[in-house]
Amino acid sequence: MNTLAATAGDVAPRRIALAGEALAARGGLVLLACGLFVFLAAPLAAIFVRAVEDKSGAFVGLANFATYFASPAFSRSAGNTLAFAGLTTFLTVPLAFAFAYAIQRSCIPVKWLWRNIALIPILAPSLLAALSFIYLFGNQGWLKAVLPWFGLTTIYGLPGMVLAMTFSAFPHAVMIMFAALSLSDARLYEAADSMATSEWRKFVTITLPGARYGLISAAMVVFTMAVSEFGVPKVIGANYSVLAIDIYKQVIGQQNFQIGAVVGLILLVPALVAFVIDHAVRARQKALLSARSVAYEARPAPMRDRLLLAFVLLMSAAMLLVIGMAVFGSFVKVWPYNLSFTLNHYTYGFEEAGVEHAYWNSLIVAGWCALFGAAITFAGAYWMEKTRGLNTLRPVVQLMAMMPMAVPGMVLGIGYILFFNYPANPLNFLYGTMAILVLSTVIHFYSSSHLTAVTALKQLDNEFEAVSASLKVPFYKTFWRVTVPVCLPSIIDISRYYFVNAMTTISAVVFLYSPKTMLASISIVQLDEAGAIGSAAAMATLIVVSSGVVTLLSFVAEGWLMRRTQRWRRAAPTR
Amino acid sequence: MTATAPPQEALRIEGVHKAFGSFVALKSIDLAIHPGELVCFLGPSGCGKTTLLRIIAGLEQQTAGRIVQNGRDVSAAPPAARDYGIVFQSYALFPNLTIRDNIAYGLVNRRKGRDAIEARVKELLTLVGLPDAGPKFPAQMSGGQQQRVALARALATAPSLLLLDEPLSALDAKERDRLRGEIRHLQRRLKVTTIMVTHDQEEALSMADRVVVMNHGVIEQIGTPLEVYEQPTTPFVADFLGKVNVLKATCMGSGRYKVGTVEVATGMNGRIVGDAVRLYLRPEDRVLADSGPVEAMPNALSGLVRHVDFLGTYCLASLDVDGFEGQRMLVYFSLNQTHQLGVKEGARVAFALRGDRVRVFAA
Repeated sequence: MNTLAATAGDVAPRRIALAGEALAARGGLVLLACGLFVFLAAPLAAIFVRAVEDKSGAFVGLANFATYFASPAFSRSAGNTLAFAGLTTFLTVPLAFAFAYAIQRSCIPVKWLWRNIALIPILAPSLLAALSFIYLFGNQGWLKAVLPWFGLTTIYGLPGMVLAMTFSAFPHAVMIMFAALSLSDARLYEAADSMATSEWRKFVTITLPGARYGLISAAMVVFTMAVSEFGVPKVIGANYSVLAIDIYKQVIGQQNFQIGAVVGLILLVPALVAFVIDHAVRARQKALLSARSVAYEARPAPMRDRLLLAFVLLMSAAMLLVIGMAVFGSFVKVWPYNLSFTLNHYTYGFEEAGVEHAYWNSLIVAGWCALFGAAITFAGAYWMEKTRGLNTLRPVVQLMAMMPMAVPGMVLGIGYILFFNYPANPLNFLYGTMAILVLSTVIHFYSSSHLTAVTALKQLDNEFEAVSASLKVPFYKTFWRVTVPVCLPSIIDISRYYFVNAMTTISAVVFLYSPKTMLASISIVQLDEAGAIGSAAAMATLIVVSSGVVTLLSFVAEGWLMRRTQRWRRAAPTR
Repeated sequence: MTATAPPQEALRIEGVHKAFGSFVALKSIDLAIHPGELVCFLGPSGCGKTTLLRIIAGLEQQTAGRIVQNGRDVSAAPPAARDYGIVFQSYALFPNLTIRDNIAYGLVNRRKGRDAIEARVKELLTLVGLPDAGPKFPAQMSGGQQQRVALARALATAPSLLLLDEPLSALDAKERDRLRGEIRHLQRRLKVTTIMVTHDQEEALSMADRVVVMNHGVIEQIGTPLEVYEQPTTPFVADFLGKVNVLKATCMGSGRYKVGTVEVATGMNGRIVGDAVRLYLRPEDRVLADSGPVEAMPNALSGLVRHVDFLGTYCLASLDVDGFEGQRMLVYFSLNQTHQLGVKEGARVAFALRGDRVRVFAA
């Protein structure tokens, strides 16, 4: 007892660096708020301002809206956009539901394989699908002969757009459906069985209602993606004009920023509506989730399983065909006449179009997004979740962090041009640099990453910071020694998400690149416009391969990390 | 007459008030804590006990009032500028650090040599009875072991104040009992001033030097465990701690109260004759016939056993007392007394109330 008291005395002198610590905690949040304000709120505000100005900058009220609404282009594009997004949604969501149902609720073999194949399109730019459908069903298409079977004369225009978009949106919808169908109470089915309920009735009265929030959510996500899609209509849309193309034409073609801003605002409407519906629906799904239930496990049913396996095989084959077609096309001399192997599309083809730096630029931008984006996002989420003070600022930051999810990339891109290209803006120097591509991409994909980080942080004990404070250890030390190591798998996930999206995205950056900072995904549009479809396919292939390699690397890294840290990650205590 | 110096206070809480929006969590709390004592904040959930602890720790900011620790005003100081160690219900051990590193966490940046740190960690591990746990990770230990480590970590820097926020609530019953004794033993040995928050009255009564009973953001009573149990000063305290019979009565003057048609003599004066009151009386505050005849004793009563709950060592009988006019009363019988006096449904028993134990509150 006396020795303890003596030791206690020895440890006594306490060194406190308070002012600095409190400043770091609050400063970080302020910094995050400023960043989100300058790179998100201000550009969006610029759209609103520009929409009510004329070319000289004078206030004209809603005159620009009137002009645009009166033009024949508007009613055509608006109708076309709704048709395109609506059809895509009606095709994608049932397919995704059936696919997810086969994985979650049947006894088909090798589910992990189908699950991963379904997610492959995430690695590809949406343009790849458009190119593949041209290869397959275009003017020189391999399967062109089957078009009349479906009452089609050509793949260009709406049919090709819907098919390509379905391919791109499928993984996003199927992931939501996987989640929605994974939570189901086995006891409901047991209760139904005890009352001798038919399979069909169980499906209609238990399965579908249980998945309905997932269905709505998936529909909203797919609809929003299609409404703001630029690449697919550009490549396979022919003369089928949609709003996203209109913006591009107005802003890049005619330098008409006022009308561009108007179209941007119009595009924001369906996206915002979908976002609000999706949010309301997700909140309800959470309520379903929190109820403790017994997980449902499918029992074999030969007939059902065989049918579903056939469907899954068909879907998987179709997806591999679409990816494989573009890859194959990139290696043949002249599709479909001369199928001998060549690398010309990757070398000579890029140089001829002047896009030989595009792939390298994309890797640099994606790399920076992965590093800088993950760091900013995780630190930002930490400041939001684990520090205290500045309580009036927090809801504002929270709102801004979720905003990018509701803002289509095209709209964000317009905002960036209007804001950063404005001559009086001191940040004008950013325009045309790689930095602005990195910044816009990080902001564009900020919300999902932020949510991933918040989820990871919420799993940590809330009192770590309190304990460190009581031990006189500054919070940033605990951040480094505990928070980051524990959350590392999630940080890697965020990094991968940023990298893959930076490689494949086109919507925001299409307004922001300069000839020097041309990106691989944008160069596909340019190559396709120049008629170099082989090189366009080659560029798309490079993107898929890079995203795929990085994804595999991240899985390897996470696996290694989990093995290395399993001693402390293992949940079950030795009792 | 020489004035004796008041005992030095380890912690003084003056007029602390806390509001969350329109909800008032604490109302002008005044409390002094003496060096080396173990004080329990006891109350139902939502009574403000945890909020008060977090204000003492600087984890919440009080709306008004002062906190003075060892003569230093820390009212506005951030947590790191205060001197305390804290243990949470969830242990809050760093999962990726070994037990050794967890305990050494607060020692590392104090410019102590590696050897001194190692020695201190070893000393603390021995102190909490886990001498060989150093290289393990928290996930490899049981809840009780983890809480011991959390305790060692909190004590590592030899704080003058130890805060325990429901430290035993996450443990299973056996571990809880064992750790309860260990914490008390350790606290006595180290003489570290300790505040423990709990909603478990047994825990508070068995561990504390003084109990602070709280309800709806106010302190209802402060006292030793025996005081708050035997002499509750408010109906809430009487009701919250242990079991109690509440009997409607009328004041007859000079410490006598009428329940139904029976007059009960108590030591409690100070009510106006004719006032409607409530008598609070614990089931064990009775004299039974096994220690001699009770009929001649003051407050002798008899009643019909309506129902008996068997609770192990004790039985709790619900009685229809003659003259109480329908007010049931619970009375404890030890198992032996149950047999000896033939307590069972439908039997009659005679007993006498301990008038000195009756507490009287306004109706």
